[in-house]
Amino acid sequence: MNALETPVGGRTAPAHRPPLRTGRRAQHLGRVLFVAPAALYMLAFYGYPLVKNLVMGFQEYTTRTFFTGEAPWVGLANYEQVMGSPIFGKSLVNTLLFTAGSILGQFTIGLALAVFFRRTFPGAGMLRSLLLLPWLIPLIVSGAVWKWILDQDNGALNRVLRATPLTDARPGWLTSTTLALAAVVMVNIWIGIPFNATILYGGLQDIPDELYEAAALDGATGWRAFRHITWPLLRPVVNVVLVLGVVYTLKVLDIILGLTKGGPANATQTLATQAYQLSFVEFDFGQGAATGNLLIVVSLLFALLYLRLSRQRAEG
Amino acid sequence: MPTPRKRVRVRQVLAGACAVPLALSACGGGSDAPAGGSSGGAAVTALRVLDYYANEPDNTVVQQTVEACGTQIGVKIEREAVPGDKLIAKVLQQSSSKTLPDVLMLDNPDLQQIAASGALAPLDDFGLKADGYQQGVVDASTYEGKLYGLQPVTNTIALIYNKDILAEAGVSVPTTWEELEAASKQLTKGDRYGVAFSAINTFEGTWQFLPFMWSNGGEEKDIATQQTADALQLWVDLVKDGSASKSVVTWSQADVNDQFKAGKAAMMVNGPWQFPVLDSVAGLNYDVVPIPVPKAGMTSVAPLGGETWTVPQTGDKARQAAAAKVVACLNSDANQLALAKARQTVPTKTSLLAEFVAQNPKMKGFTDAVQTARSRTGQLGPDWPKAATKIYTAMQAAMTSGEAPLSALQQAQAG
Repeated sequence: MNALETPVGGRTAPAHRPPLRTGRRAQHLGRVLFVAPAALYMLAFYGYPLVKNLVMGFQEYTTRTFFTGEAPWVGLANYEQVMGSPIFGKSLVNTLLFTAGSILGQFTIGLALAVFFRRTFPGAGMLRSLLLLPWLIPLIVSGAVWKWILDQDNGALNRVLRATPLTDARPGWLTSTTLALAAVVMVNIWIGIPFNATILYGGLQDIPDELYEAAALDGATGWRAFRHITWPLLRPVVNVVLVLGVVYTLKVLDIILGLTKGGPANATQTLATQAYQLSFVEFDFGQGAATGNLLIVVSLLFALLYLRLSRQRAEG
Repeated sequence: MPTPRKRVRVRQVLAGACAVPLALSACGGGSDAPAGGSSGGAAVTALRVLDYYANEPDNTVVQQTVEACGTQIGVKIEREAVPGDKLIAKVLQQSSSKTLPDVLMLDNPDLQQIAASGALAPLDDFGLKADGYQQGVVDASTYEGKLYGLQPVTNTIALIYNKDILAEAGVSVPTTWEELEAASKQLTKGDRYGVAFSAINTFEGTWQFLPFMWSNGGEEKDIATQQTADALQLWVDLVKDGSASKSVVTWSQADVNDQFKAGKAAMMVNGPWQFPVLDSVAGLNYDVVPIPVPKAGMTSVAPLGGETWTVPQTGDKARQAAAAKVVACLNSDANQLALAKARQTVPTKTSLLAEFVAQNPKMKGFTDAVQTARSRTGQLGPDWPKAATKIYTAMQAAMTSGEAPLSALQQAQAG
């Protein structure tokens, strides 16, 4: 304590003051010191890049900038360029379709699996851990493997399809502009299922069995039990899963680059791949940052919508 | 190495990019030479060299050549090789932290963009000239009339064909577009396609399309022309009549090579850097000819690949002068021939070509193609990446969504 009671800022504490005050100040300092590492960390690794990215969106930031340090202020020019380009509308629609499709698939299948694994049966534990497989494989590897599977001429999927009596066609999963987005969504669903299933399964574990027993006595089983017990009690977990899911999915980049690089003919181009293309292929970091900022705005809109919905629910 | 950057490892690039702003802030402001520049002062004892020959056998070949040059000049060489897709991120990082190497290798289409940033020293300052070099190679290393790099060897793409398959089918090697279409169709059988090429939506796809576009008189400054549209129509037709796989729009050049290697394509558009892989396949007999031209008698114009060696603006005149000597040494006649032989490339000094082909008959097809080849940045300079993006955008639109080539090109040119 002695060290903490030393007066701060060079002012000498009057001798007659009660020790309480000094103690409180020391306590205050202590609190600040506890918060400081986290605050500094947040500022350096989250605040700074965010602000830097926002500023870069208004600058002509090119390869030249790195050598000269000059990044002329160009106002909204980057945004005009980015939003005026013919790919922008398509990227925006694709981003929304990709996110909506992925979340819908991941969540429904994840929830179904979570409910399924709530029962105990022989081998349930092993099957449940197998479910985590997509999560354990690096995304680059998943992308490469899925690219082989979905190959039009020799891919496993088309070989299986041909072996069935259903069809003789060989769909161009990654080469057709109409199928590519669906194929990419499908792979992303596969990747997202473990996350959804695991978190939802955790939520299900917290629902006491007695509720189901009581409901069963009243004749509510199966679907009715799900509708009136599982769903309402799982609601908070569902909200978390959906919000995190949307934020993760909006910015998905690696899997699209691995599978299609945004093609064919920009059919799977999203805001994230577009930002990447501008910054790291064309080295127009200003326009890339502008696109990235628009993506942040989309995420933010969704987050606000979510906050509003949950507040309304709390009030109603 | 193929000129288009290798498959991008996203995480690595992003990681590098995150480091960039931090490095920038750490060194904000000071754009002058670093203090302690030993201009005219202490003797130069060691030079830092950066390139992207990270894979074998190139790594060893280049290491030995650069070290030999160091010994000749009397300096120690500290060489660093990074993967191809990380080089530019590294160079940008180094230029913002004023830690550029003394000798820097750049992929030739990147030179003008880096020179435009002011990071490179004109080689004329050190008395280096590119007299007797293939003109396209000089164009790529020149920015605003000044020479910034010297490129010892170059490469390009050509038509590589499976001799056995062609002989068996009784098909002669195509030299015109018409012959290419006919031959491809004839060679397509079962799960084997007649021809394979890369029409991927990256600079690699553009690079593969250029010989068709240029040989027909198309130009990158305005791609919405009938000449370029006709070239694109050829690719569309090859896919449409089944002579080439629909998957060409997703294939990189390495994928194309895999198809050819496995006998799933009788001919392919590819470069000499694939030779080591092809030679490792037992019983694969192949040969190389320039890419077919629109009509008999026309000249095949292919794009020039390869890397150029530069002297960055490090602010230390003595070190820069020594670095220029290393660049000159790497470009000596003997080193051009040795590097070309070891790395399946072609010397850039035209006077060496006859001797080179006599010693390396397998390189004849590529050497012929190089003579008339053009550089990608010769016409547009630092604006090339934008044009290259437009070209593959139009290419993909025409090949996958049934858009007419000319209107696809018009849309891409306008966008």
